[in-house]
Amino acid sequence: MALLTKKDASLITDPLADNNPITIQVLGICSALAITAELKASIVMAVAVMFVLGLGNVVISLMRNIIPSKIRIIVQLIVVATLVIVVDQVLKAFAYELSKTLSVFVGLIITNCIIMGRFEAFALANGPWRSFLDGIGNSLGYGVILIIVGFFRELLGSGTLLGYKVLGDPIAKTGLYATGYENNGFMIIPPAALIVVGIIIWVQRSRNPALVEDN
Amino acid sequence: MAVNTDKNSYTVIFAAVMVVIVGSILAFMSSSLKDRITENERFEKQQNILYAMGVNDNVDEGSVNFVSTDKVEGEFKSYIKEQLVIEGDKITENDEAYLIDMKKQMALAAKGETAKLPLMIGEKDGKKYYIIPMYGKGLWDAIWGFIALDDKMIVQGVYFDHKGETPGLGANIKQRYFMDDFTGESILKGTEYAGIAVAKGNNDPLNNTKDDNEVDALAGATITGNGVAAMIKESLNLYKDYLQTVSAK
Repeated sequence: MALLTKKDASLITDPLADNNPITIQVLGICSALAITAELKASIVMAVAVMFVLGLGNVVISLMRNIIPSKIRIIVQLIVVATLVIVVDQVLKAFAYELSKTLSVFVGLIITNCIIMGRFEAFALANGPWRSFLDGIGNSLGYGVILIIVGFFRELLGSGTLLGYKVLGDPIAKTGLYATGYENNGFMIIPPAALIVVGIIIWVQRSRNPALVEDN
Repeated sequence: MAVNTDKNSYTVIFAAVMVVIVGSILAFMSSSLKDRITENERFEKQQNILYAMGVNDNVDEGSVNFVSTDKVEGEFKSYIKEQLVIEGDKITENDEAYLIDMKKQMALAAKGETAKLPLMIGEKDGKKYYIIPMYGKGLWDAIWGFIALDDKMIVQGVYFDHKGETPGLGANIKQRYFMDDFTGESILKGTEYAGIAVAKGNNDPLNNTKDDNEVDALAGATITGNGVAAMIKESLNLYKDYLQTVSAK
């Protein structure tokens, strides 16, 4: 990429694989469990986090030299909360329908540990441009896992994808259901997300043994 | 110039300045956008009320489609014939009854005081719809909605909404496959007032039995479902006397 130096590009690509916020750093698990029962919710959450983390990282990075270290966590929290509320208010005024869809995510974004984690670990020590890339990279890494988990949970749990009945109708017994296939109700409930995330971690670590910690 | 950011005085000043800045940004945003937001909320209420009485842009199965925002005001005026405020035994007409905040009124009623209860009477194809606002608690936060009844106390349509139920689980109370199940159910059992339960394991996922005062629950959303049932029961309970006069006619 001509636009980005190799070091900058790795800020985007690393969190997608070997430094993934969910599977490697085990951050943001709470929202990964809570909202991945449907693919659509996963996508909305991924986009919302990307916006807040990208912008928040820049703001924190610009303020990094003046933030008193004793109250930095509170300052970070205020920045996220303000950003999210401002976005929420603007959407309520100009895109009311969209704001209704997003309203349930507002609380989840403010308390998302990836956001606080990246502010703390990256934005406080780096310039705005690199912080922005880091924010985008990490939210992409987060979003990818969310979408994978959401895909499997919605497909196996409800037999739909983005609300479309891709496997046939479970009640009228058409498509795959005609052969006696049943939806797995377990996939709907949050513990199923843990299992899917666990499988992703397993696959990832068996492909790259360097990620496995020594005991 | 390097500032000593570790000094207590700096920390206090920083915190104070930050609070003032953030406070003013939020206050400015809130006051400058307030009019637009209230307008949007008013349209939404009209859309929800019309939706409950079956005036919507729904096509076959699928998602919820309201009457569009630019048409809603006109449609609301043409379909909603009467708006009543029920205050104990006193019933008055009020064109802005639909804007009454049900949360406050239900809190008043819970304290044993006289609440101002709004009720909208709509008319479509010569049939009367009695539309009642509801308010209750889900798993995380508030849930609310509207229920449209005919004069036999049969549900003609509902609309539910929520503030923060879990996406993919409790949040699905505003999906059509849940709301449509309520249509045709009676809120009476025999002649007694019974409400509608959201039941697990009623062996009726298609909701073919309409006389059991039950609809099929959502998997993984037990508490939200119970909240919906409780909301219907508690809200309609306040209107019991009025509804009796309607069904007795």
